[in-house]
Amino acid sequence: MTRLHIDWTLCDGRGLCTELLEEMLAEDDWGFPLARDGSAEPAVPAPLENAAAHAVSRCPMLALRLVGRTS
Amino acid sequence: MISATEAPSRLLSGDGTLDHHLARHGRLPLLDGSQIIGMARDASLTGRGGAGFPMWRKLGAVAASGRPPVVIANGAEGEPLSGKDRVLLTRQPHLVLDGLQLVARAVGARAAHLYAPAKLLPGLRKVLADRRGAGLDPLPVTPTVAPDAFVAGEESAAASAVAGRGAVPSDKRVRVVETGTLVQNVETLAHLALIARHGPGWFLSAGTFLATVSGAVARPSVVEAEYGVPLGELIAAAGGPTFELQAVLVGGYHGGWVPADLSLPVSQSALAPFGASPGAGVVLALPAHACGLAETAKIAGYLADQVSGQCGPCVNGLPRMAWTLADLAARRPRPGLPGEVARLAALVTGRGACRHPDGTARLIVSAMRTFEADVAAHLAGRCLATGGRR
Amino acid sequence: MTDALWYFARGSGVVALVLLTVVVVLGIGARSGRPAFGLPRFAVSLVHRNAALLAVVFLVGHVIGLLFDPYAQLRFFDVVVPFVGNYRPVWQGFGTLGLDLLAAIVITSLLRHRLGVRAWRAVHWLAYLCWPVALLHGLGNGADRGTWWLWATSLTCAAAVTAAIGWRLSATFDRFPARAERRVAPRLRPHLEEASR
Repeated sequence: MTRLHIDWTLCDGRGLCTELLEEMLAEDDWGFPLARDGSAEPAVPAPLENAAAHAVSRCPMLALRLVGRTS
Repeated sequence: MISATEAPSRLLSGDGTLDHHLARHGRLPLLDGSQIIGMARDASLTGRGGAGFPMWRKLGAVAASGRPPVVIANGAEGEPLSGKDRVLLTRQPHLVLDGLQLVARAVGARAAHLYAPAKLLPGLRKVLADRRGAGLDPLPVTPTVAPDAFVAGEESAAASAVAGRGAVPSDKRVRVVETGTLVQNVETLAHLALIARHGPGWFLSAGTFLATVSGAVARPSVVEAEYGVPLGELIAAAGGPTFELQAVLVGGYHGGWVPADLSLPVSQSALAPFGASPGAGVVLALPAHACGLAETAKIAGYLADQVSGQCGPCVNGLPRMAWTLADLAARRPRPGLPGEVARLAALVTGRGACRHPDGTARLIVSAMRTFEADVAAHLAGRCLATGGRR
Repeated sequence: MTDALWYFARGSGVVALVLLTVVVVLGIGARSGRPAFGLPRFAVSLVHRNAALLAVVFLVGHVIGLLFDPYAQLRFFDVVVPFVGNYRPVWQGFGTLGLDLLAAIVITSLLRHRLGVRAWRAVHWLAYLCWPVALLHGLGNGADRGTWWLWATSLTCAAAVTAAIGWRLSATFDRFPARAERRVAPRLRPHLEEASR
């Protein structure tokens, strides 16, 4: 299962990922991405894998990664 | 302020000298790496810095990381309510450093570090010099200053500080052990040094943990006890309660409030229903006349001030959570205030490089539950504990 | 034929300047984290990138045109090393410098996932040097300098970038003005009175 990892030491809440992955991410009170499923490292459903890869490559702070491990 | 109990104790009595150490414990037996990892596993030795992770699994992961291994004895103890690491490093530093040599051998370390507060380092430098003279440290140990800050003792912060980059937590996509760095609390290392001498079976039957007991007790102190000890015995070891108790904070500023049930065993399983754990062994007794919400709001304010400053949800969320709780504590109610506290706690949880937001949220959630009756009273402008009315 | 090269070189230079202006304005717009011109944030960032790549194409045309143009007599050396040209070396040098800066910015941007965010951002700040250098080069070096339309174009570009920078520095720039700044607490920074004696 692919998961979306957010490096919070890099994330600046620019808001590109919340547009590109609207199904998975909302904005919190300060514009930082918030997983809609409430998890720290949300699972990426298969239909959203392209959108997730796009969000990773377009993040201006390079704060997103797709990771394979489940922990 | 916090002193060790005078009762004879394995880890707490001692004068810190090499002569005393060798007379009492003797030299370390010769063990190879797999024997050391096996002993840590068979003794079920878990980390005493708060997270309680099994040591042998960390040793295995560092050894398997494929990176040049580095071992760090973590004596930073940023938790203001904890004093056990300081007392241990003053009374039995040689046990800690024996343990550091053991983990160094277990993972084949290239470098060993002792990470401790600045005020302990002059004494520890002398200890290290004595050990070098006696040939007790095959791998030389480098001392590093730990800043007096809450997050400075976090695993990745300790690793970063030792590498000269500042005591800031880092992202965990790559775990610290995967970088070849082993960070172990000094108490865990001291236990390992005893296990190497007496065996895992001995530790399973007679193993202890260090607790720092403070608050409404006659003699705030560091005490040594076995897991599962009733809360009341720990408090009695610290001179007993000075007032009728309302609640007890277990596990420190990232811990949880539990009712003042003195028969409650201090163990992982008994504390879990309260969202608490023994953690680093911190116990704070709250007297009946003190407001638990006000105490928690004070702690939350401190924790919000202690953020490392890197992660947006924590930098923004912790101050907001602390103010919101402070409004409740000061009886400045507004509609939906308890719900807002719960929402913010959920909002920050899991959204940082380290567990500082999670631990802060856990403390606040436990306060809202343990002091539930006072939450309702505060919303009505009263305080059950202080009897105050606005 | 030779005249065509000469006109092409001049025209592509002006188009590149206009595109670079768009790139700078959209770069600032993307930094704000706000949708702009009816475009969502990710589209602002994509147009920013694509306009930059297009500007590179026109600049390559500009330089190739001049290399082969018999009037300009540009040497290959002049394309890389600034301020050593035969003709108006200072103004031509600005062009070379701008080209070098743009090459650094574009190459690091394309490689940013390998370089890491720190190195990439450090180089990206050079954009604020690259753009005025390009503007000065056009005003001082071009055969069209002094013409009303080049002045009008340059002034419009300057106005757009000045307005964008003004917005960047204003209090209304941030989408979340109440958001706390992320910076490492001084108490955690490396200890200088180091303990390894």
